[in-house]
Amino acid sequence: MYGKGVANPSFRQRTAYHAMLLGGMAMITSALIVIGNKQTFADIELRRAEDMKRSLSQVIHPDMHTNDLLHDTMQLTTNHENKIFYIAKSNDKVIAVAFEMTATGYAGPITVMLGVNRNGELLGTRVLSHSETPGLGDKIEAEKNPWIFGFNGLSLSNPAESQWKVKKDGGYFDQFTGATITPRAVIKAIKSGLEIFKSNQAVLLAETKPQNHPSPVDTGNHKPTSIDGTKPDYSKSVTKKDKSSG
Amino acid sequence: MANQYKQIVREGIWDNNVVFSQMLALCPLLAVTGTATNGLGMGLATTAVLIASNFIVSVSRGMITPEVRIPVFVLLIASIVTLVDMFMNAYLHELYKVLGLFIPLIVTNCAILGRAESFAFRQPMPASVLDGLMMGLGFTLALVVLGGTREVLGSGTLFANASLMFGEIFSVIELTIIPHYSGFLLMILPPGAFIALGFILAGKRVIDSRTAKQNTKELPILNNEMALDSAK
Repeated sequence: MYGKGVANPSFRQRTAYHAMLLGGMAMITSALIVIGNKQTFADIELRRAEDMKRSLSQVIHPDMHTNDLLHDTMQLTTNHENKIFYIAKSNDKVIAVAFEMTATGYAGPITVMLGVNRNGELLGTRVLSHSETPGLGDKIEAEKNPWIFGFNGLSLSNPAESQWKVKKDGGYFDQFTGATITPRAVIKAIKSGLEIFKSNQAVLLAETKPQNHPSPVDTGNHKPTSIDGTKPDYSKSVTKKDKSSG
Repeated sequence: MANQYKQIVREGIWDNNVVFSQMLALCPLLAVTGTATNGLGMGLATTAVLIASNFIVSVSRGMITPEVRIPVFVLLIASIVTLVDMFMNAYLHELYKVLGLFIPLIVTNCAILGRAESFAFRQPMPASVLDGLMMGLGFTLALVVLGGTREVLGSGTLFANASLMFGEIFSVIELTIIPHYSGFLLMILPPGAFIALGFILAGKRVIDSRTAKQNTKELPILNNEMALDSAK
């Protein structure tokens, strides 16, 4: 088993040596991982915040507001779910809100970020994460197909509420060749997002005092908590999840 | 010595290719090869882990005893992958966003444990590092060939989104092979991976048997020597 010239003294054959070796290795590797984690933790949090900021800036143009969306958040319970709303303000006046919606697509949940202005019109929509079929359902990504931009400027009354469907179902929106379930799910998510906005409009658009929230890098427990009581996940940038794992 | 290195290169890329000959690492292979770009990214990440694990195993082989070698290897490989995962997330974030979900899959790549066990544990450091590099490149080759085949047949493109993953310069390799192609879903879905892999393996067998035939005609003596070698 040993290479040439490697000595094999008898103490190595003792069980104690094996235990020590394995334990020692476990300690060294654990220490390395702890160091690695310490080294990268702040950077990873920063990257996540940047990602979140980028997805927010795609649905609400950064020039429109003067505040930091990551710091001005509001948490409301809608449909028995806690939802975080990112409030965009210009001179302390709420001009738009951004929030995430989740729908069930063909191969798993689809997360959509919506930006809605005071009048309930969509400023922008983006799919943040999904696990749809590559080449078919992934046309909902802004990088792959302009389809998602078709929602800009729309509201619950434009098109009429009954038209918030794919063309195949007699609605206003295009579906993709070979993928109808995916756009259907996205449309449903955006529509129910608009409905949530409508029913919470009064609270969301109310004048709020400027608050000094901690920076997103800070992980103190004063941050808003999401549905399952954990901290909000900034990592939801467009990622394709592959179903096969392990 | 130079001959031994040449042998390692040959083994890694072709003769003893992780996928085409050893039939290892099929799980990540089938999972990520929807496009050639994903295959390339996963191949390169795996190569980095292979080199690191072969290096560490080879350097510390005098210390590790045969009785506990497997748990020690698993521990080392899992730690390397975890570190790679964290550092990629922090410093190569764009690449991580595309490959992130596949990086932990590298732990399940039995080829890495296989190389630690059958090569790095018995060989000196330089040879082990070269073996890691070559086995990794061989694996990358397999991933790119399979990914490319599936991508061309499935969506008519080649290296789509390479610029998203590796930077703007790579937009030149993004090709549309079949314009206005409506797509062939089967090739993109997992069964397509099995079907394409089957054809590629059959193709490799054909090439190998042809070269073997040629070698017997041209160099009967050398071939005998090779037979003797393998008999040892």
